[in-house]
Amino acid sequence: MTPTREDVIDFVYAEARMLDEGRFADWLALWLPEGHYWMPLDYKQSDPETVTSLLYEDNFMLRLRVERLEGERTFSQKPKSRCHHVLNRPFVDEFDPGANRYVTTTSMHYVETRLDEQQLLAVTARHELKVIDGTIRIANKRVDLLNCDAAFGNIQLLP
Amino acid sequence: MPAYTPETARALIRGHQVHRDVYTSPDVFRLEMKHLFRNVWVFVGHDSQTPDKGDYFTTQVADQPVIQVRHSDGEIHVLYNRCPHKGTKIAIDRTGNTGKFFRCPYHAWSFKTDGCLLAIPLKKGYEGTGLSDTLNGKGMKAVGAVRNYRGFIFARLAETGISFEDFFGDSLSSIDNMVDRSPEGRLEVSGPPLRYMHKCNWKMLVENQTDTCHPMVAHESSAGTAVRLWQEMGNPEPRPAAMQIIAPFMSPYDFFEGIGIRTWPNGHGHTGVMGSIHSSYDAIPGYFSAMTAAYGEERAKAILDENRHNTIYFPNIMVKAPLAQLRNFIPLAADRCLVESYVYHPVGAPRELTARSAMYNRMINAPTSIVGHDDLEMYERAQEGLLSDGLEWVDLHRLYDADEDFSETRVENGTTERQMRNQFDAWAKFMHEEPQPVRAEAAE
Repeated sequence: MTPTREDVIDFVYAEARMLDEGRFADWLALWLPEGHYWMPLDYKQSDPETVTSLLYEDNFMLRLRVERLEGERTFSQKPKSRCHHVLNRPFVDEFDPGANRYVTTTSMHYVETRLDEQQLLAVTARHELKVIDGTIRIANKRVDLLNCDAAFGNIQLLP
Repeated sequence: MPAYTPETARALIRGHQVHRDVYTSPDVFRLEMKHLFRNVWVFVGHDSQTPDKGDYFTTQVADQPVIQVRHSDGEIHVLYNRCPHKGTKIAIDRTGNTGKFFRCPYHAWSFKTDGCLLAIPLKKGYEGTGLSDTLNGKGMKAVGAVRNYRGFIFARLAETGISFEDFFGDSLSSIDNMVDRSPEGRLEVSGPPLRYMHKCNWKMLVENQTDTCHPMVAHESSAGTAVRLWQEMGNPEPRPAAMQIIAPFMSPYDFFEGIGIRTWPNGHGHTGVMGSIHSSYDAIPGYFSAMTAAYGEERAKAILDENRHNTIYFPNIMVKAPLAQLRNFIPLAADRCLVESYVYHPVGAPRELTARSAMYNRMINAPTSIVGHDDLEMYERAQEGLLSDGLEWVDLHRLYDADEDFSETRVENGTTERQMRNQFDAWAKFMHEEPQPVRAEAAE
């Protein structure tokens, strides 16, 4: 199957909806096994490995993160956080069925809340997507926070 | 409630318990900033953050905004970040290069990078006014004393007081081990620090660094889940670095009892005397041979076999020598603490070593860390819980001995709260008025 640009854009919206609705098992299933979720610490950071990031998680770490959210003794999630993404229409920066490579850039406002606290983050998400067995999957995702160099309290869910 | 004085604040410390006001009272916090943090040596930054002449780095020592700057003679100076004219902060960027001098953006007063006044526009307006007789007429004020110890910059705000060597003593062995792990004997900062805001008192974070009875409880949700997931996968080998980092958090109590805690005078101490949760990481290819080439095999082995866990440099930093990490617990208010967590690259070592340190830092110390989330949850619950009037004292009885003497270095059971008591002993010791400097006129 060759996706249309519309399919690629719909995918980015659908992914955000899964996170907002807490359907984390569905969300994990979107990922290719070798993918990394990267949230840089530095503005325009180019090295995810020898310089600290906020997140640079492989499939095992993402599974652990999601599994933990449901745990009996996950004290920082009693009560649970909720999140909310507001998306601009994604830009399709690369659309290359020949190379099976689709890249989007999406501006978002991400809201996370727990108890009486609510925080707003301005986010730019870059998705690298591939089509495997007829479905679109995430090869890599990079999430840049506009204020990545600010001091944060807990950010517990996934922008 | 009457305002505390240094003397009445000291009465909040009883060895086996401390009054909750040391965590919650803005008045006690003010005394900590005014006295405790002025009288001791406090971490500022690393000299690799300002490698070239004119390079500067802005930070805080306690509640004091300061600039770490490399002067034209190559030495590091630490100046209060305040124009002597109207008080404007001279530098706002976190890092930069100011060239040969600082220039205030408000009225263009300029200063050499050691703080001395260089020039004032329209200077004749000050002729005969007496400005040059005041401290403001001298330039940007420097802190009381600065010491660059193997690249780590410490400052004492007070003009007089305890010397660097007397304050830290044998505790410097942890910094030595961290720096010796570089085949070239020096570290370089690797990127900006993680910055994590905590709505709790700074001392809760410092105490938690040697609290070995919490990992298997508070971190069951992260480390325990990691161990379970790995078992469900059939415990495949080799374990990836992430598992090597997180699984030891679930070590049983007897492991932590066995690794020991060492306390030094003046509130310093460390966990992991006989090995630690950092002892069983995979060797990085090429690292041991680089160390052997630099130090010889015997010395290289001795350096790498020392796997201390967390070393507290009282009052407010922790270093992990095996991972070349430093965490700075910057106090902002009684109920607010900014944590900055740095990674350093041991110069001459393979980059993979630094990659593991960076991984540890984001897995454990980030505001997005599944381990950090539960720590912060505990601190903030404690900060709120302490406001209840049911009980006024916080307990520190674990392995308490009424005769303990903190002026001697001791190694004890790794679950003791002795190091926390040691910190409070130092807290009371340095909570006093600053010794008066010898004034020029008095000396005449």
